[in-house]
Amino acid sequence: MTEEIIKTKEEEVIAKLDTFDELPDAPPKRRIKLSWVGKLSVAVVAFWLLIVVIGPYIAPFHEMDMDGDDSFLNAHSNEYGTFFLGTDYLGRDTLSRIMFGARNTIGISLLATLFAYLMGITLGILAAVKGGWIDMGISRINDAILALPTIMLGLIVIAALGSSIPILIGTAAVIYATSVFRIARALGQDIMVQDFVEAAKARGEGVWWIIKSEVLPNAAMPLATDFGLRLVFVVLFISSLSFLGLGVQPPASDWGSMVRENLQGLTYGSYAAIWPALAIATFTIAINLIVDDISAKSGGMLAKKMV
Amino acid sequence: MMMQMVLRRIGIGFATLIVVSIIVFLATSILPGDVAQIILGQSATPETLAALRAELGMDQPGYVRYFSWLGDMMSGDLGISKAGGATIASLIGGRLGNTMMMAGWVALISIPISIALGLWAAMHPGTWLDRIVTFGTLSLISVPEFFIATILVLILAVQLHWLPSTAYMTGEESFLELMRALAMPLITLVIVVSAQMIRMTRAGILNVMNSPYIEMAILKGVPRGRIILRHAFFNAIGPIINVIALNLAYLVSGVVIVETIFAYPGLAKLMIDGVQTRDLPLVQACAMIFCGTYVILILLADVGSIVSNPRLRNPK
Repeated sequence: MTEEIIKTKEEEVIAKLDTFDELPDAPPKRRIKLSWVGKLSVAVVAFWLLIVVIGPYIAPFHEMDMDGDDSFLNAHSNEYGTFFLGTDYLGRDTLSRIMFGARNTIGISLLATLFAYLMGITLGILAAVKGGWIDMGISRINDAILALPTIMLGLIVIAALGSSIPILIGTAAVIYATSVFRIARALGQDIMVQDFVEAAKARGEGVWWIIKSEVLPNAAMPLATDFGLRLVFVVLFISSLSFLGLGVQPPASDWGSMVRENLQGLTYGSYAAIWPALAIATFTIAINLIVDDISAKSGGMLAKKMV
Repeated sequence: MMMQMVLRRIGIGFATLIVVSIIVFLATSILPGDVAQIILGQSATPETLAALRAELGMDQPGYVRYFSWLGDMMSGDLGISKAGGATIASLIGGRLGNTMMMAGWVALISIPISIALGLWAAMHPGTWLDRIVTFGTLSLISVPEFFIATILVLILAVQLHWLPSTAYMTGEESFLELMRALAMPLITLVIVVSAQMIRMTRAGILNVMNSPYIEMAILKGVPRGRIILRHAFFNAIGPIINVIALNLAYLVSGVVIVETIFAYPGLAKLMIDGVQTRDLPLVQACAMIFCGTYVILILLADVGSIVSNPRLRNPK
């Protein structure tokens, strides 16, 4: 009788333990199960990444071909082909320009985010591991840049240096490296005081070994979710600058500048400005939904809290 | 103790402002262009160039120029615009008022809406209405401001003909006409700013809802609405004040886009024009105003949370 009670108690405890994986200090789960919204979002992001790679090859027109019958027409076809989404303010095919523009908008943002991560993580983990004046110095500079609105920093740099794709990538990378630095440093500091790191130190492992084998694997999951959020911010930053006419310069196509160019067409009933805006929206919303899904399920709240 | 914390924070804020001014000054003076060259054009002789440089104080070392620039800024002498030669103070004057008016209206409309909706969503977590609010606001914060503005123009101006698509102002219109002209940029900014605030208010309240004293209240049998309004809300006020100040700071980047898209004669539009013509003194002045406002709002947010949260008042 008592044995049975103990057994059911034990089962209850075990059942409870299973539901406890959302404890703040529980290790991040490796396997990720997405809801149907998450799966759909992954499909959307994958679709756009595919367009980045093959878009220019499968686009019906070149981004600079002015083959449409007139500007701001809706879907029509002529002897050159079919304009599925109509034409823009110069009579160019909107669909083709979106396909070409994906490479600029997403490509530039991805590169900038990657650079931001490279810089932010290197400096952040360096600051966490080394501490002392290195940490102080980098952190103070970082705080100063973080204390400014990103768009203002972008405007100041572009006013001074003019706009080109390398400058856009560099500016976005430096600006967003600051928040990556903060997260990487906090994660690094958290991990550095764990017992397993103490053990590794006591074993006499070198700094680089500790970073490589203990710190990075444990920081990987929160950093991965943060990468998604950061990419969204960079896409918004770059396309906002392009929308202001200060980002990617014409005639190259870019989703932000396409909205700007075709804005006046709205009054003539043309949707040429809406399509690229929708392209940005689907991409950024999908990434945010994936991040939301992952962090709701894997206790990756740390990254969200820091945003 | 609290006073000390607040003073310390204000000190940091002041230091940040100094660093900001150094960043703005450095970023806009290391460029290849040379103001004397630009003023005199291609035909300038080396002698006239040198003379003008001396007159503008450009032969001085960098730190001297920085301090004289900072001194001029402080005393309200913002310099002369490269384009047209008008003083920057006169260019900024009216524009600043327009932007402040817009920001004021946005704050007035969006703060009550956001707190009410955020509270309401937190009171009914998990219901389909809460999901709509969460999903809707997440979507809104993931899209660029110009997306929202474009869709609004399409619906309200092009399809329904309710509102004008540009915020053209003569300065002599009646209050109603003014509101009509302002409506589109206002709605856009309110949507952008509210989406953030609703999310953060909801998260703030739900965060408090996890604390032991709320569990106690639930166990006592206090109804949920009463728990939120009487127990959770007052403890979430600190974070909410923080959210409000932070979002007014986000307004800074919002106005840049919105003023451009609706051709609203505000400070941000002036700055964008300055960046396009590379009118650096103008960009410097506008950047200092925007960044200064931003730093001060963030400072207010921090002081607000120190004052409202005893745990922050007495750090270990």
